[in-house]
Amino acid sequence: MTKKMTPDAIAALKREGFSRRNFLKSSGALIVGFSMGGAVKTIHAQGLSSGMAGAPPPNQVDSWIAIAADGTITGYTGKEELGQGISLAQWQLVAEELSVPMNRVKMIYCDTAFTPDQGVTSGSQSHPANFNHTNLAQAGATARQALMQLASQRLGVPAEQLSARDGVISVKSDPSRKATYGELLGGKKFNLAVDGKAKRKHPSEWTVLGKPIPRPDMPALATGQFEFVHNVRLPGMLHGRVVRPPAIGATVVSVDESSVANMPGVVKVVVKKNFVGVVAQKPWQALQAAEKLKVTWTPGVGLPSHADFFETVRNQKPTRDVMLVDSKDVDQKLAEAATVVKATYYHPYQKHASMGSSCAVADVQGDKATIYSPTQGVWHQHNTSAMILGLKPENVHVIFKRGSGCYGLNAADAVTYDAAILSQAVGKPVRVQLTRKDEMTSENYGNAYVLDQRAGLDAQGNIIAWDHESWSPTLGNRPGPGTPGNIITGTLVGFEPEAFTPRSPAPPPTAFNNNSNGVPSYVAGRVGGANGGTGTVKSERSLLHNTKSAFFTGPLRSPARLQNTFTHESFMDELAARVKADPVAYRLRHLSDERLSAVVKAAAKAANWDARPSPKPGNSRTGIATGRGISCVAYERDNGFAALVAEVEVHQDSGKIVVKRIVVSNDCGPISNPDGLRNQLEGGALQGMSRALGEEVTWDDQKVTSIDWKTFHSLPLGFEVPKIETVLLNMPDEEATGAGETSITIVAAAIGNAIFDATGARLRQIPFTPERVKAALAARG
Amino acid sequence: MSAINLKVNGRAHTVDVDPATPLLYVLSDDLELRGPKFGCGLGQCGACTVIVKGQAIRSCVTPVNTVAGADITTLEGIGTLEKPHPIQKAFIDEGAAQCGFCVNGVIMTAKAFLDKNPKASEAQIQEAMSGVLCRCFAHVRMMRAIKKAGQEMAR
Repeated sequence: MTKKMTPDAIAALKREGFSRRNFLKSSGALIVGFSMGGAVKTIHAQGLSSGMAGAPPPNQVDSWIAIAADGTITGYTGKEELGQGISLAQWQLVAEELSVPMNRVKMIYCDTAFTPDQGVTSGSQSHPANFNHTNLAQAGATARQALMQLASQRLGVPAEQLSARDGVISVKSDPSRKATYGELLGGKKFNLAVDGKAKRKHPSEWTVLGKPIPRPDMPALATGQFEFVHNVRLPGMLHGRVVRPPAIGATVVSVDESSVANMPGVVKVVVKKNFVGVVAQKPWQALQAAEKLKVTWTPGVGLPSHADFFETVRNQKPTRDVMLVDSKDVDQKLAEAATVVKATYYHPYQKHASMGSSCAVADVQGDKATIYSPTQGVWHQHNTSAMILGLKPENVHVIFKRGSGCYGLNAADAVTYDAAILSQAVGKPVRVQLTRKDEMTSENYGNAYVLDQRAGLDAQGNIIAWDHESWSPTLGNRPGPGTPGNIITGTLVGFEPEAFTPRSPAPPPTAFNNNSNGVPSYVAGRVGGANGGTGTVKSERSLLHNTKSAFFTGPLRSPARLQNTFTHESFMDELAARVKADPVAYRLRHLSDERLSAVVKAAAKAANWDARPSPKPGNSRTGIATGRGISCVAYERDNGFAALVAEVEVHQDSGKIVVKRIVVSNDCGPISNPDGLRNQLEGGALQGMSRALGEEVTWDDQKVTSIDWKTFHSLPLGFEVPKIETVLLNMPDEEATGAGETSITIVAAAIGNAIFDATGARLRQIPFTPERVKAALAARG
Repeated sequence: MSAINLKVNGRAHTVDVDPATPLLYVLSDDLELRGPKFGCGLGQCGACTVIVKGQAIRSCVTPVNTVAGADITTLEGIGTLEKPHPIQKAFIDEGAAQCGFCVNGVIMTAKAFLDKNPKASEAQIQEAMSGVLCRCFAHVRMMRAIKKAGQEMAR
C-alpha cells in the first residue's frame, strides 16, 4: 500500500509555508500557567512561546514533543477528543514512541497558542494523520532516536547497545551506566526536523499502544466532575442568546429594543446586519429576552416542496458535475448485456442533532480575543472569527474545549461566532448556549442525494457494466480558512458562502479518487492506465451533479460515503438476487481487493452466514419475518475496511423493523486501542441504524420543521438494542487508517438487504419508516 | 426575584432568582454544578435529570420554586471520584460513554429506577430508559452497565 499524506496534513503543511511561527526563538523550559475556565493548569511548555502569529511548523519535532528538565514529556497535537477516543490513543502513542509510562506524558490538544495546525479533527483522518510516518508518530520516533544518539555520545557506547525504559537510557550490558531524558536534553528544545526515516516501533514491540487502556475521562464523566465547554465560567461572564430568522432567507427589517428594555438583567440588544442577539446577566434572563424581543423580518425566500423534493433536485440547473471514473463503453456494454437492472435510491438531508445544544465562551477585549470553543478546527476558527470580529488573527486565541458529540459540522462553529460577536459588543466575556431549536436549525445538514444505478449482467450472471449517476444539493461547508460565510452566523453578519461554480460537462478524471465512495467497490476504477478500485468490473462510470441547496450543508459522519455506499451495497444485493446468487459469494466474485474481501469473509464467518440466495425461502407474507443482510466498504478506497451482517425481524403488519443482531468486522491497520475501536464500531452501527430507520430533516414552504426530539427521531436508550459483535482484524504491517466512520457507512444497506431477505421487499429510500416498509411490502405484488 | 431555599446533595443554599427559573439553570449557573446538563430545555432528552423525592425529574422544565426545600440529588451527590456509586462504577468499568454529555441523564434515570425496582428485568429497564437519548449511541455499553449496577445494588 502506498504511503499517503492526508488532505488536512497537506493543507497544514501548505499553510505553514505562509505563516511560520517564530516560536523557535525561545529556548529552555518555561512553565506557562493559564486559566482555563476557572481551573488553573500548569503546562511544561519547553520551547514554545504563546505567540499566535502562526502555527508551529509540523516538520519540527519541537512542534509535537517537549521534554522538560524534570523529564516531564508534553505532546502537542492538532487532533482533539470529540468522544471518539483519539485523545487517549495519541497519549498512548507518545508514551510508546518515547518508551515511558503514560503518567510521564501530558498532552495538549488543539489550542492555537500551542498546537500545530492539523486542519480539522474529522473524516476518519486522525488515525492516518498522526499514527503513520509524519506528524505526531514520526516526531516521537525522531525524538527517541535523538535521545539515543545523545546518550550514545554521553555514555560512549553505540546506540545499538543502549535501551530506553521509563525515561532512562542505559547500557544493556551494564544498566548502572545510564542517563535520563531530562539530563540528556537539559531542558532544551530538540531543534530538529522530523526525520521521516527515524524508525518507529513495530506493533510487535508495543507495550502501551495497541492495549485496551480505559478512557481516562470516564470517572470524571460518571461523577459529574468533567468540564465541558458548557461548564467554562470566566470572571464577570455574561450570557447571550441569539434570535435567528424565523424563515430561511428572512432578513431584518427592524428591531424594537424597547420591547425588552425593562426586562431584568438585560445588558444589551446586539444587531449586526441580520444577526440579532441579546446579552443578559443570567442565561434564563437572556432566553426570556430573546423570546420577547420584537424583531420584524422579511418573509423567507420560499423552499422547494418537500413532497417533490427529489424530482426537483434531479431536474435542477445549473449543476457542478464531477466524473470519478469513465471507461467510455458503459452505454455500449449495457446495450450488449443479457440483463440490465436499474434502480433509484433516495437519501434525505439528515442532522448531526447533537445531544447538548452547542455552547461557546468568548472574551473579546479591545483588539484581543480568547475563545473557548468545541470547534473541530481551532486554526480555522482562529482565522475566521478574526474576520468576523475585524481583528488580526494573531490576536485571536482559540482553545478547544469538549462539547457534546458533534459527528461533523453541527452548530459548534456557529455558536462560537455568536459568542464572539456578543462579547465584542459588550466588551465582557459572554457564554452562549443555543436552544434546541436553534441547534437544529443552525447546523449544516448532511447532504441529500438522488442516486440512479444501472448494471449490465452477462448470461452467466456476471456484472459487466455499472453506471452511477447522482444528484446532491450543497450550500456552504466547513468555515475557513477565509470562509466564515459557510455557516449561518457568518452569512447573517454579511459574509458569503463559498461560491457555487457551475460546470457541465464534467472534466475527465485525471487520477482515481474515491474519497466520496462514489465509485462502487465492485468496479476496477481504471483512471490514467491503472486500476485504482477494489473490484473487477471493467465497464464503469460514476457521475455526480452537485446543485445549489436551500439549506446549509456540510460534513455529517461519513459524508457522501454513507449515501453512496447505502446505494451501491443495496444495489449489489439486487443484482445478486436477480441472478439467484448468495450475496456474500457474489460480492467476493466481483472484488479484487484482499483486505476488503477479508473483512467480508470475517463478518460472514462470525455471523455464521446462511449462504443462499435472497429472499429467504418459505417465509410467510404476514406476521413477523426474519432475514439477514450483508454490506461492506473500503472507506475512501484505502482508509478503512469493514463489513457488517444485520439480522432483522420485519413486522409485516405494522411495518416495524427490529434489528436483532449486528456482526461487524473491521480492518484499520495496526489497532491503537481495541476497546476504543470497539466503542466506535458499536456506536457507529447504532447511530447508522437510527439514521436508517428514522432520521430525516423536514420543512414546510418557509422553514425547517424538524426542530426537537419529537420532530426529529433518534432511537432512545431504551429501544431494543441489537446484540452487537465486533471482529477486529489487526494488521500490524499495514498503514493506520480511519475507523470512526466504517460501521456507520454500511449498516443501512445491511438492514435493507436483510429486510429484502425476510420479505422480498426492497427499501430504496432512507429512512425505512413503517409507512415506507408497508408500501414496499404492498408493492411486492 | 425572590430568595429561594434549596437543599442540594445535602447542602443548604439560598438563591435570589426569578421563581419561574428552571431548576437546571440554578444548578448549573448559580451553583456551578457540572452534572445536570442542558440538552433540549424541553424535557425530551434527559440530560438535565436530577432526583427529587426519589423521582427522576427533568430539571430543565421544573420551575425552581416548585422544589424549594425538597431534597435534590444530582450526579455529584450520588458518588465521588474516590467513592463512586455502584452505577457510576459500572459506567467507569464498562467504558460506557463516548462524548459523555448524556451520561448524567442515563445514570440518574437508571438510578432512580433501580432504587425502586432492584430486581427489574431487562425489558423493564428498557422501558425505564425509553425517554433518554444518547446521540453517540453508546447504548450497548450503557445498558450493560445499568444491568451490572442493578445486580450490584440488589445485593
